[in-house]
Formats: sequence, structure tokens, C-alpha cells
Amino acid sequence: MFIVDYIKSIYGAMKSMGTGMKRTAYYFTHHKEIITEQYPDNRDTLVLPERFRGEVVMTHTEQNEHRCTGCTACELACPNGTIKIVTKFDISPEGKKKKAVDKFIYHLELCTMCNLCIEACPTNAIKMAQSFEHSVFDRSQLTKVLNQPGSKLEEGVE
Amino acid sequence: MISFSEIASSVHQWLNSHLSPAWVLTVEMVIVGVAAIALFALLGLVLVIMERKVAAYMQIRLGPNRVGPKGMLQSTADTVKLLVKEGITPAGADKFMFNLAPFIAMITAMLLLAPLGFAKDFQIWDLNIGVLYVTAVSSLSVIAILMAGWSSNNKYSLLGAMRSGAQIVSYELSAGLAIMTIVVLTGSLQLSEIVESQRNGWWIFKGHLPALIAFVIFIIAVTAETNRAPFDLAEAESELTAGFHTEYSGMKFALFFLAEYINVFTVCAIGATLFLGGWMPFHIGNWEGFNHVMDYIPSSIWFFGKTFFLIFVIMWFRWTFPRLRIDQLLDLEWKYLLPISMFNIILVTVIAIYHLHG
Repeated sequence: MFIVDYIKSIYGAMKSMGTGMKRTAYYFTHHKEIITEQYPDNRDTLVLPERFRGEVVMTHTEQNEHRCTGCTACELACPNGTIKIVTKFDISPEGKKKKAVDKFIYHLELCTMCNLCIEACPTNAIKMAQSFEHSVFDRSQLTKVLNQPGSKLEEGVE
Repeated sequence: MISFSEIASSVHQWLNSHLSPAWVLTVEMVIVGVAAIALFALLGLVLVIMERKVAAYMQIRLGPNRVGPKGMLQSTADTVKLLVKEGITPAGADKFMFNLAPFIAMITAMLLLAPLGFAKDFQIWDLNIGVLYVTAVSSLSVIAILMAGWSSNNKYSLLGAMRSGAQIVSYELSAGLAIMTIVVLTGSLQLSEIVESQRNGWWIFKGHLPALIAFVIFIIAVTAETNRAPFDLAEAESELTAGFHTEYSGMKFALFFLAEYINVFTVCAIGATLFLGGWMPFHIGNWEGFNHVMDYIPSSIWFFGKTFFLIFVIMWFRWTFPRLRIDQLLDLEWKYLLPISMFNIILVTVIAIYHLHG
């Protein structure tokens, strides 16, 4: 019947409109749901989501040891050449030569925070940090060396 | 307690004792004009900040919160900014029409204030065909929009204006029929008499189902008539940049913006007058004590309270529903609202003939 369908469609429209308006009325009356961050004012208490990607950093232990073996997997994974790894050869106590990282160069100005380097890393040497206030007055300050001076490879990381 | 009608009559008496009748009339006209403009400016400021705050809270945001306490002076600051901006007239535009259009929009919005009863015995012009006057004048606003769209010499403006024309012409029908429902129940076109007929209950309560249906249709139709979302095809930001006021800037744009909000206010005031009893307080049958408490609240507060409630409902629509396509818009009017309101008129006539209303 045409008339039944007609009335049904009106009823359905009314019902779905009611659902929508109920949702907005809920948000209107429940101010604790507000997601606005008053950013520069709440810098001290700012809580970022766990998966927020600010920049790539290399983790160092208290003994100034990192986990980067200089395998260049991250450099190969990077889609736009943000990472450049300069390697050197360490002489082990037995007199063997061993490849190690000399400089882990990271171009923050190129990085798109795609996370591919972190996924490519076999030893979990690098991770995404949550710092995001990166503005500086000189572009050269955005080119960073991630391994701290004098740091060496952690024991047992191959 | 001082009421608006007492102030008005004391001013009238004072003027009469000092001036000749012709001068009294002139001075009173000037006072009314100044008061209307002051009300406009105030309403513009209040409604803009209200809209922005309602929008923000409905979208889980904070909204303006920097200028003044809780951002309440934001619209004042914006108005000052608009006042000092340059009003550019495009080189290809029809200059006379282009500059005239915002004033026509403003004047039609202003004319609608005349028959409104703001408080008990406080009306600018209580003419005996108030409802007819309101429906006739409110349809003039489309002329300003068409004028603006046509004279801008811009495809977006013209498209927006044409859409607005189609929209207002169609939605006027169901808005008119919804208003007719109350006219049938009251038997009068005079707004003060319509308010008086609601002394023992507002039409939305004592008009049974037809009055309720008419009220819903009226709200939908006036939302469309004032070109507000979800029916804001005339300015559709995402498709037509800003529709008919794409080319306007500075104070000329502000006049259009103000006229939109004043139109919202006037249609909500008319809705409040017709369906929610105007300045009549809320009474429940035989609850004498409750009714006395309600009578203590001034009539102007009742009127503005109801009006702002309806304005809030219209804002609620705007920030809940997505914009309709032009064919969906016309579908809604010609296939749904118009048949329903026609059927509703028959229903309400039966009720009026058999005196089923209170």
C-alpha cells in the first residue's frame, strides 16, 4: 500500500531525526565530553595519545648505550631519505673488525612521521617521541644526530 | 513592578502634555525607530554569540573563549572589525542594485517587527490583519536575495539566489498553511487577539494533534524560509563559497548577516505568538497557586523566553542535520509537508466547526 509506505517513511524520518538530535543534545548538556585542548595554556598538563608521533629518537640507557647496530634497515625503509647512517668499523678485543654506527643522521625537516623506520628496525633501537614543538629559527638545527656522543652498542645486541 | 506598557503610556502622556498631537506622533515614531534599531543591534550581538556557543557545545568544542568573560564579547569585537572594513563593490556589478540589496534585506526584517506583541499591551502596530501582514512581508526577503545574487555578476551568487528563490516560494506554502491552522482555530488575523485566545491554554496544548502537526511543519518551513541549515542551499559554503553574499564585504555583508538573524528572531517570535501563547504565562488548569506564581513572571520575559527557546531549537537543527540537496529539498516540501498540511487544515476545520478545542 502506498499510503502505508508513505506514513512509514515519515515515521522513520522522524525517528532518525530524533536519534540525531538526542546525540547533539547529549553533547550540549555534557560538557565533560569536550575535546578541545587549550594548548599553550595547558602545556604542563598536556596528555597526548599513546600513538602520537612527534619525532624519531634513539633510546639510550643510563650507561650511554644504544641498541643500534648500524644495519641501515631504517635508511632503506625510509620513503624520502630522512635517515642517513654513517658506519664505522670497531675492532673487537679479539682483533676482529665489526661494523657499527658512527652517526645516525636524522632530517626532521623531511620526516613525515610515517613510522616505517621504527617498524623496520630489528633491534628496537629507535622509537617515536611525543615532543612536537619543533620550530626553530635555522633549518640546520633540524638535522639531528640521534646517537649521543661517546655512546656505544649495548651488550648482547646483534 | 514596572511593565513595558506602563513605560509606553507614561511617555505618551508626558509627550501629550508638552507637545501638539502631530509632534507627539512624530516623536513617538522616532522613539520607535531608535528602539527598533537598538533591539536589532542587541539581538545581532546576542544571537551570533549564542549560535557560536551552541554550535561549539554541540560539536564537543569550547567555542569563543578569549574575548571577555567566557568569550561573551567576541561578537562585539567582530562587529567593530566589520565596521572598519572596506565595503568593496566589484567592477562588473550593477552598483546601484548591489548597494541597495543589503538595505532591502534589513528593511524587510525590520518591517516584520511591527505587529509583534513583545509584552502585555506593548505592540508597535496592532493591525487587524497582522498574520496576513507577516506572511506577505516575510516573502519580500527573497527580493533582496535575488537582487544581491543578480547584481553581483558572479555565478555563485546567482546560483545561490536562484536556489533561495525556489526554496522560499515552495516553503511559503506550508508555512502559510501552518499559520492558517491557528487562524482557523482563533477566527482572527489580529496577533493581539490570537494571544488573547490563548489565555486558558496555549494552542499547542489545546489545539490537539492538528496544532502539534502544524507547529512541527511551521518550524521546518521557517527554517527553510530563513535559509538556515539544513536548508542553507542559498549560501552552501562547500558548494557556492557563500552564495548570494559571496561578493559582499564589510558592513554590507554584516547587514545581510544581521538580517538573517533578525529573520530567525521574528519567525520564532511569530511561532511563539501563534503556538506558544505569545506573552501569556504558562497555566495549568485549576492549579491556582502554580498559576499565581507564573503570573508574577513579567510578560516580556515569557515572550522572550519562548522566542529564544524556538531559536535554540532552530540552532539545534542546524548543528545536527546535514544539508539537503536541492531535489531533496523540493521533495520534502511538495511530497511531504504540503500534503500533510493540507490534510491538517481539513482536520483542524472539523475541530473548529464542532468546537472540540478548549
